[in-house]
Amino acid sequence: MDEILVLAEHREGELRDITFEMLSKARSLGKDAGKSVTALLLGAGVGDYAEALKSHADEVLVLDHGNLKAFNAAVYQQVLSEVLKSREPSLVMIGHTAFGVDLAPGLAVTLELPFASDCIDLAYEGDDLKATRQIYEGKVNATVSFADAPTVLVTFRPSACPVEDAEASAGKVTELDVAVPEEPAMRQFLEYVEAAVGEVDITKADVVVSIGRGLREEENLPMIEELAEALGGVVACSRPCVDAGWLPKDRQVGSSGKTVKPKLYLAIGISGQFQHLSGMKAADTIVAVNKDPKAPIFSEADYGIVGDLMKVVPALKEKIAELRA
Amino acid sequence: MNIVVCLKQVPETAEAEVKLASDKKGIEMEGLPLQINEADNYALEQALLLTEEHDGDVTVVTLGPDSSDEVLRMSMAKGAAEAVRLAGPAFDRGDPVAIARALAAAVKDLEYDLVLTGCMSSDDGNTAVGMALAECLDLPHATYVTQMEMGDGEVTVGRELEGGLIEKLKMKMPCVLGIQTGINEPRYASIMGIAKASKREIAMKSASDLGLDEGSVGEEGSRTKLEELAYPPVGEGAEILEGTPAESSGKLAEVLREKGFV
Ligand SMILES: Cc1cc2nc3c(=O)[nH]c(=O)nc-3n(C[C@H](O)[C@H](O)[C@H](O)COP(=O)(O)OP(=O)(O)OC[C@H]3O[C@@H](n4cnc5c(N)ncnc54)[C@H](O)[C@@H]3O)c2cc1C
Ligand SMILES: Nc1ncnc2c1ncn2[C@@H]1O[C@H](COP(=O)(O)O)[C@@H](O)[C@H]1O
Repeated sequence: MDEILVLAEHREGELRDITFEMLSKARSLGKDAGKSVTALLLGAGVGDYAEALKSHADEVLVLDHGNLKAFNAAVYQQVLSEVLKSREPSLVMIGHTAFGVDLAPGLAVTLELPFASDCIDLAYEGDDLKATRQIYEGKVNATVSFADAPTVLVTFRPSACPVEDAEASAGKVTELDVAVPEEPAMRQFLEYVEAAVGEVDITKADVVVSIGRGLREEENLPMIEELAEALGGVVACSRPCVDAGWLPKDRQVGSSGKTVKPKLYLAIGISGQFQHLSGMKAADTIVAVNKDPKAPIFSEADYGIVGDLMKVVPALKEKIAELRA
Repeated sequence: MNIVVCLKQVPETAEAEVKLASDKKGIEMEGLPLQINEADNYALEQALLLTEEHDGDVTVVTLGPDSSDEVLRMSMAKGAAEAVRLAGPAFDRGDPVAIARALAAAVKDLEYDLVLTGCMSSDDGNTAVGMALAECLDLPHATYVTQMEMGDGEVTVGRELEGGLIEKLKMKMPCVLGIQTGINEPRYASIMGIAKASKREIAMKSASDLGLDEGSVGEEGSRTKLEELAYPPVGEGAEILEGTPAESSGKLAEVLREKGFV
């Protein structure tokens, strides 16, 4: 039977959410299109994970090998090539993660696979797969079709699909027998270095007042700090504010920063691209202030103000002070 | 040390209203300011810093319409020595693999110890062209690079993973690195530099100049096809608090009080 193959992603001893998100998507796709779902587990000392994957897939392929200890795109690409050549799954899903974006494009080139990256949805129309991806910073959705080929490859965006409950019937586990090359001298893993810890832990705060590039200048920070103080919260930010040196890295919310789940998240001058959203969308109440009514942040927010933050923030501070008085 | 930087021009869309073209295959470009892709600006700066420290030249390469000469000139104004543009209808509407194949044909004839790209373009957002280019050139690669330390014939890079975790790798040169924002502080071009660069030549390359079969690049050479564009469906969305800043923030303060934050 035709299969959808999902590359299980794990890091430092844990399967990552994206793995189960992709398996959930694959299962619903497979149901409609009559395809089985296979999880491919590559790594060293990862045999245990098969148990967790088993109830989300019809089959789990395991290759447990010392040379797969570090995620090394060069090694993983070679192994994956072998597996894909022998199994010819009709669809391969890899996470659109730091690992996946380093691995998938090269694989697409060597195996000449039709390839679409950062997909947020997938659907079969008859035998034809259609992918939806976002372009222009989340403001436009594009439908993409694939050339006729035995196997097509996609990377799938994290948090784009909810995780479905595990199935009662468990899939079978198969040990793979594929040669695994040593890490090549041209690319060698050295170590992981944890992000530095700062003086304020934004993940512990009930109220997070977060600013984005819309603030324009570091000089405008004090009014944000005052607003945060008035609400008893902390100041956080989007990535460009860290890149520009306005705030330290430990204040960054998003996929390459921190994930926060405060009671209240105020997003001020933040457009709301998925890398930011993934770090804050679990907040209880989200309020967005943005001058662009089409900013993607408004789809995620509970309350919104369309307006100039330079006017709204001081006004809000004043209103809060009035209520307090 | 010579460095090739692949960079592209993109419309500014974070703040602008984006309108779909009537054929739903593209967007209305009129009125959108054009600029260098953000990550590419950091890649260019990194190349300039490295060649200033270790001697050598920077060559910038783009595949794009006439207007993209502007980002090439701006790059030369900042210090790039040479500029190449892949031009012609054969390159139009390529998918990331087709773009990478075309860029590879131009890059392979240049002299380089490193190829830098941005990690992601803000318009297409493939996060793929740089790493596909590496495969076409048969070079080692790493992306999301936020740290670089040069060694002898090798470079130690830090890649940024989820949660800010840094993965340190040792890479042999030449290699292709996808540069992430924040790795440095991009400079601005000087007025003098801009004036000088306006007279500099840009090497134009067509598909045939590069020995490429026209069917191997652009839309024809692509194994994926853009079918249609649409505005993202708006879900429930936010309850918009209307009014002047004083009115809307007054309403928000009330909401915050009801919820116990004030
Ligand atoms: C691998 C990777 C990881 C990433 N990780 C993260 C991450 O962890 N966190 C993160 O945030 N980003 C991350 N990014 C970057 C992300 O893609 C976006 O570039 C970023 O989130 C945009 O930040 P922003 O919303 O502040 O800026 P922009 O997208 O530039 O938006 C600015 C917003 O401000 C509004 N605005 C401007 N002026 C005003 C005004 N006067 N009043 C009101 N509103 C105004 C505009 O309408 C616009 O919506 C990552 C990117 C990559 C490729
Ligand atoms: N048309 C192009 N010309 C030159 N470089 C490009 C082009 N498209 C993509 N790139 C490079 O590849 C990177 C990743 O782009 P993308 O895969 O589209 O997200 C960009 O940051 C550029 O450095």
